[in-house]
This record gives sequence, C-alpha cells and structure tokens, in this order.
Amino acid sequence: MDLKLDDLSPQEMKELERNVFFATLEQIKAWARSNSLWPMTFGLACCAIEMMGTGGANYDLDRFGTIFRTSPRQSDCMIVSGTVTKKMAPIVRRLYDQMPEPKWVIAMGSCATAGGPYVKSYSVVKGVDQIVPVDVYIPGCPPNPAALIYGINKLKEKIRYEAKTGKKVI
Amino acid sequence: MIRTEEMLLNVGPQHPSTHGVFRLVVKIDGEIITEATPVIGYLHRGTEKLAENLQYTQIIPYTDRMDYLSAMTNNYVICHAVETMMGIQVPERADFLRVMAMELGRIASHLVAWGTYILDLGATSPFIYAFRDREMIINMLNELSGARLTFNYMRVGGVKWDAPEGWVDGVREFVPYLREQLKGYHNLVSGNEIFLDRVKGVGVYSKEDAINYSLSGPNLRSTGVKWDLRKDEPYSIYDRFDFNVVTRDEGDCLARYHVRLEEIEESLKILEQACEQFPAEGEIMAKVPKIIKAPKGEAFVRIESPRGEIGCYISSDGKKEPYRLKFRRPSFYNLQILPKLLVGENIANLIAILGAVDIVLGEVDG
Amino acid sequence: MSGEKDLDQLKREAAEKAKAAALAKRQAKAAGESQGAQKQEDKPSEQALSQVELPVQQEQPAVTPAEDGADLAKKKAAAAAKAKAAALAKKKREGIVEDEAPAPVEAVEETTATTEAPEDGADLAKQKAAAVAKAKAAAVAKAKAAAAAKRKAMELAAGNTQAEETPAAEAETSDDGDDLAKKKAAAVAKAKAAAAAKRKAMELAAGSTPVEETPATEAETSDDGDDLAKKKAAAVAKAKAAAAAKAKAAGTAKGGDVSPADTAVQPSPNQPFLDKYRKVIKENLGPNVLEDSYINKLSKDVPTLVAKKDTYFKVAQFLKYNELLGFDYLSELHGTDFVTHMEVYVHLFSYKNRQSVALKVKIDRDEPTIESLQPIWAGANWPECEAYDLLGIKFTGHPNLHRIMLGEDWVGHPLRKDYEPYDVEV
Repeated sequence: MDLKLDDLSPQEMKELERNVFFATLEQIKAWARSNSLWPMTFGLACCAIEMMGTGGANYDLDRFGTIFRTSPRQSDCMIVSGTVTKKMAPIVRRLYDQMPEPKWVIAMGSCATAGGPYVKSYSVVKGVDQIVPVDVYIPGCPPNPAALIYGINKLKEKIRYEAKTGKKVI
Repeated sequence: MIRTEEMLLNVGPQHPSTHGVFRLVVKIDGEIITEATPVIGYLHRGTEKLAENLQYTQIIPYTDRMDYLSAMTNNYVICHAVETMMGIQVPERADFLRVMAMELGRIASHLVAWGTYILDLGATSPFIYAFRDREMIINMLNELSGARLTFNYMRVGGVKWDAPEGWVDGVREFVPYLREQLKGYHNLVSGNEIFLDRVKGVGVYSKEDAINYSLSGPNLRSTGVKWDLRKDEPYSIYDRFDFNVVTRDEGDCLARYHVRLEEIEESLKILEQACEQFPAEGEIMAKVPKIIKAPKGEAFVRIESPRGEIGCYISSDGKKEPYRLKFRRPSFYNLQILPKLLVGENIANLIAILGAVDIVLGEVDG
Repeated sequence: MSGEKDLDQLKREAAEKAKAAALAKRQAKAAGESQGAQKQEDKPSEQALSQVELPVQQEQPAVTPAEDGADLAKKKAAAAAKAKAAALAKKKREGIVEDEAPAPVEAVEETTATTEAPEDGADLAKQKAAAVAKAKAAAVAKAKAAAAAKRKAMELAAGNTQAEETPAAEAETSDDGDDLAKKKAAAVAKAKAAAAAKRKAMELAAGSTPVEETPATEAETSDDGDDLAKKKAAAVAKAKAAAAAKAKAAGTAKGGDVSPADTAVQPSPNQPFLDKYRKVIKENLGPNVLEDSYINKLSKDVPTLVAKKDTYFKVAQFLKYNELLGFDYLSELHGTDFVTHMEVYVHLFSYKNRQSVALKVKIDRDEPTIESLQPIWAGANWPECEAYDLLGIKFTGHPNLHRIMLGEDWVGHPLRKDYEPYDVEV
C-alpha cells in the first residue's frame, strides 16, 4: 500500500503526527501482553490472602488489566503466593508446564523467594526458583498488596523492556 | 439400558474453591459422590519441629502463619499456654488490647469466610463487600501492631505495643458501621433463593456426629451444642462481657452460615463493651524475666478461635525452648467429617459443603 | 499492703454489703427473671430459652439453699467485683444453669441431676473465687491502686449506707440502661472487690490451718460449704503463688508453688474430680489399671490419668461409655518423643459434665505400637495419622493409617529427636 502524504493539509498532518506511532511488532505484542496480564489464582499460604486483598475492593487489581483466572491454561502469569513444600513442588511445576507460552512467574513473599521463616524446615523448598524460573521477587512476609501491585508493574516493565531492547533481563 | 460409570475426579490442590492447597479425590457415579478421600499436607511446614529450637518469643511469629486469617487468636494461645505454666498475671490494659484485637480478628476471619463462601457458590460481589470491610479491620490492626496479616502482636505477659492515640475511638466508630453493613449483607445474600437452594439442608450432620468427630466452633454450634470456650471456660477477661453463644439446630450449611454471621454481631457487642470499659492507662506488659523459661512439666490450654477450639500443648524441660510444642488446630479436626458428609451428595454440593466447614490450610497442615 | 486498723471495719462493711446484696438478689430474683426474659425477646433463640426457663426456675431453689447463706453472700460480693451489675451477674449465673439444663435431660437418672446442681454452684463459686483472686493479685502488684480503691470503698460505704439497703434496685436501674448508674455501680464493685479480696485473705490466714489439715479424702465426702471455702482458698493461694513468682521475677512458678508454707498443701479445685475418676475406674476396671494419676497444676489443674500400655484402650473406652464419666469429646491427641520413651497425650472433654481429663500412655520408643482410639472417637482418625507420620507411632486397629502430611515415600519421622533428613536439600 502506498502512503501519500503530499496532499495532506497541515492540520491533517499535525493530527497524523499525533496519532500514528511506529514500533516493532515485538513491542506491540509486549504492550498488549503487559497490559492484560492474567495471573492464575494460585493461593498457597498466607500470601494468598493478601493476593485476595489485592483483588478486593480497596486495591482493585482489575484496574491494571490484571484479572485472576482460575485455570493455568488461561493464564500467562503465575503468582506463587506462599510456602512451597516438597509435597507441593511437583504440582507447582506441573501447573507451570500447563500454562501456555509466554509465561511469567512472580515469587510473592519470602517463602517463595527463599524459604523465608521456614528455611530450616524439613519439608519446605527453599525458594520456588529451584523449580520454576522466576521473573520478579517480591519481598515481605506477606508483602503488602501495594507491594504486589508494584511487583506486577515491575513485571510489565520487564516485559516491555525485553521487547524493546531484545535483551533478557535476569 | 442406561448405565452409569464410576469416575475418579481430582479436585485440587490447585482449585479456586479449596481455599488453598487442599486436594480431594472423589469417586463419582454419575453426579453422585460415592467416595471422597481428602489429601492434605501440601502446606505442611513443620512448625512444631522448628519450634523445638526456638525460644518462646520467637515462636509467636510462626503461629501467625498457621491460621493466617485470625493470627491474633493464635498469638494468644501460645502466650496463654506459657503464661499458664509460669503463672503470669497479665495487666488489665493488655488483656483489653488482646481481647479487642482477637475479636477484630474474629470478625475479619468470618468476613473472609462469608465472602469466599458466597464466591464459591457463584456470586462475586459479596466477596468485594467483605474485603472492603475487612480492610478497615486490617487497617486498625495494622495501626496496633504494624502488620496487616501476620501481626506478631502479643508477647508472653502482655502485648508488644500500646494502642496508638485514638485507636479505641476508631474501634468504637467501626462497630455501628459494621452493624449497618451486616444488614446489607443479609439483604444481599441471606434471603436469596438460589443461595438458599444451594445450602439449605445440605451437608447435615447431627449433634452426636459433631461431637464424635471432634468438631468445634461454628461447625459444632450449628448443631445446637451451646459451647463456646469464651463463655464456658472463660480465659482472659471474657467473663466481663455480656454476649450470647450463637447456636442453630439444623446442622446444615445454612446454619453454619448464620452462626458465623451472628457471631460477628456478638463480637461487635464485645468490642462495644470493651471500648466502654477500656482502662484509661496502665501497663501493657507484666513483669516477666528477660528470657522466658517455662517450668518443667506440660500444659494444654484451649481457647476459641473463629474456626473452633484452638489448643496449645507445651512440654517443657525448663529450658528456654519448648521440648515439644503441639497445636490443636481446629481446621484439621473439623475437616475429618468431610468424607462422611460428601458420600451420597451431588457433586455440585461438594463446594458448598467444603466451603461451609471454613478451613484454613495453613492450619490444617500445621 | 495497707493499714491493719481498717481491716476489721472493711470486713464488717463488706459482710453487710454482701448480705444485703444477697438478700436483695433473692427478692429481685423473680423480677430479674422476667426482665431477663424480656431482654431475650428479640433474640432468635427465644423459643429455646423459654423452653428452658421452666426447669431453671424449678432448679433455682434447689441450688440456693444448698449453699449456706454467708458463702452465697460472699460469692455475690465477688460477683459484683467483676464489674457487673448484680442483676447482670445473676443473669449470667442463670445462663450457666441454662447451659446445664440439657445435661439432666441427657443424664439417665434424676439423682444425677440433683447431684449435679450443687456442683454447678461449686463451679460457679470457683470461677468467682478465681476472679477475686485475680483482683487480689492485682492488688498485690499495685499497692497504690489498692489503697486508692480502699479509700474509695470507705467513702462509698460511708456515703451509701442508705443506698445499700436497696442495692438490687440500684442494680436494676443500672441494668435498664442508665450509663451513669452503671459506671457508678462498676466503681462500687471495684472497691468492693478490693475489700472482698482483703477479707478473704484474712479468712484464709485464720482458717488456713484447718484447711491444711483436711486431706484430700474429705473432698470426697464433700460438704458443700467446706468445698466452696476450700476451692476459694485454693484459688487465692494460687494467685498468691503467682504473685510471689512474679515478685521473684524468676520463671519458677513451680518453686513458688512449693516453697511458701501457706500454699504447700492446698488441694486443687479439681481434686474431687480426679478422686471420682480414680474411684470409678478402680471400682469397674480393677485396681491395677492406672499407672499414675495426678493433678497437672501447670495445665489449669486438669486431672491427668496415666494408663498402662495394655489397659489404655480399655480405660479410654470406659472414659467414654461410663455413665458417670461420659467423656464424649476428644479434644486433642498427639504423641511426644521423650528420648527414653514415647508418649501419647489425649485430652478428653465431657459435654455432659463439662469436665476435662487428660489421658496419657507411655510406650516403647523402638517399637511404638498402641491401640487406636478411632473406634471410640471418630475424631481420633487424623490426629493418629499425624502421630504416625511425624513420630512413627503405629496405631493398631486404625482403619486407614497413612502418612497424612508428608506422603508415603518420605523416609524417617521428623518429630523424633534424632531425625536426620534423608533427602537431598532442594
């Protein structure tokens, strides 16, 4: 298709400059994905309550386009909210495998990050990153809902940054 | 000829209506459940083993994470156990702060139970309402303890922080507000035809069964057993307050729903009276030794948590760590009756019955 | 603490007050009851209440004369001390009786019902006494506050002699919702508490020798008045011990319990229950069933029975099905690894009699096997699985003993003291 810009009036030109952007397809994909992150409702322990609180009336995660889905097959983000035990670890991994690509993981709270207060326990996995790759770690025991929102925004930032630069953020 | 086929259905551990990582393997024949096997332990974190190497004060944060919906009662039970062993008299002001914190926690817990139960049954908005009001309680407890969920507020001999200025007034103002909201809750849900059809006459058990299966709390009171440790074995300063023990006779899910909602009202009554009687000043910590050592011996105390009877057993050899610490976790005991309830039920009732038991998996698994 | 000179005066005043209160209370009983009924009207359980109301009224006179007047009065005074108006306290008492009312229905014989009634009173008295003891401990801790309260009591007593003749009326008006009156009543009550506590201390000091001389066996014959006094004394002594321990600022409440002369031989308020259990078990199961039985003072005086390994199941069964014991509720079951042996601790409760008992059994550590209680209490199912999982105690006769927490492929039992993690750290 040919784009004829010559016979445009200055006003139309101005309008055009204001409304048309150029970006790579990758960036557009990232833009779309990052603005509709659908995390899985995957409550493990105490952090799950704060996650529910985030979805509740006061913090209202929906306004960021982040809507909880109940099935791993419909979601692209896993928020590991709580302690991962050795009995639970294989299931966490399976859930991760069930999610369609592209997918991201947020480790919410100290337990999911590194074992937290249960690091010395016989039955607790010392951090969910031993099982699945984690993109964002949110500290706190449990993290405040605001902290979770911040973490989700960080993930969005990461998605967009990776698309823009083509570099992998570790 | 129509023939049905037995099918094995796996519910959980990742299921939005199991309230955590609870797994249920059900055998269904058509729509009817013929066998149900609960599988737990997905959140077993070994608190009891960890506690054997921790000092009593260090154990308190772990109790927060056990029943994370009502951490205050958990805090209280271990402090109460150690205080009972050491014979520590808690100052009056600390007792008031404890009771108010516990009752606020009870309300918050019941609100979550209410909201998520209705959510399980298919209505989304009550959850939003419940969490809006719960957030106000959480903010109050946050002011008091500095944490939203895992308060770590109580200590052996008292509480860690005194109430900030105007805190009691905040609680006082909250009571009529929630009373008003409760009416709204009832308008919203309690008379709803669909809701009633889902819960009325579902999951019925008798008084004898409830006692035999060691149920406690609203699960027990919904069968007509008038038993509340706050009233019948008063601890702390509960004997100073005038409140009712809510009971229902039906023993079905609706009864448990109503018991919980009415318990919120009773807790509001206690809060109201506690605000009236709140001592203007006083100590918040008893004189306790720097390093707490429970005397040699063992003790078992039990108190009323929102989910039922929470107990704490301490066996001490006189050191600063317990030799053996064991929590009687109400959800763990309450859940035992589930296989019995589910057999013969429609599969659609599974969630209604499970939700009405009101479990917290952190507590079930310990 | 305070000057000795006004002790006598206080004593007299307190006695007067208490007597008046008791008298007025009896007078106001009918009125109070009708009031109580009115109060209950808007509550949903109103029907149930009114059903219970009748038996309560019949039972009431049976309870009241059983206790001698002075004790009753004392009790009432103590009740006032709990910052409640007199009528309110009465309501509460009724509430307790109400709670108890289904019990006789469940109990088989009428006679048990009658024996229960005094026990009610005793329980109540115990509670009240505990409250008084609490008040006293507080007084010890805050001598200043006590002195102030005492002064207040003096003043109030001086000012309110006329009013004292109609305390019931006062209480009623306060109950009707006049906040000012309520607060005033509370203040009076507080002052009264201090006075009552002091008085009780005096009595204790005077009467401690006879109480000390009475052995536990007397508790079995259980003259009501004696029993009450004893329980009160024990409660006070306990509070004293606590205060002593606190003063020492050492975590040795036990030491405090033993060393002072006045607290040494106080029988526990639950001693009669323990004696009853012992007696019933001995009569029915023979003398050599129990290894040990004692009152666990650290654990709210819970009667503790230690069964032998081979009689454990029999005793448990008996505890549930015996008419007199009727422990129908299993509150807690768990095991403990004491390196020399294993122990299973069971906490039982009876909704019929509103009593607790702890049952323990020691088992061999290398080969920990014990009968399951699941056939007796269905609630023992999962706790036994947990004990099996974490400690390796095998419960024979359990329908589905499995590793409930960790899964079947786990190696070792974590709660054992010598547990070494088998798997590699993840």
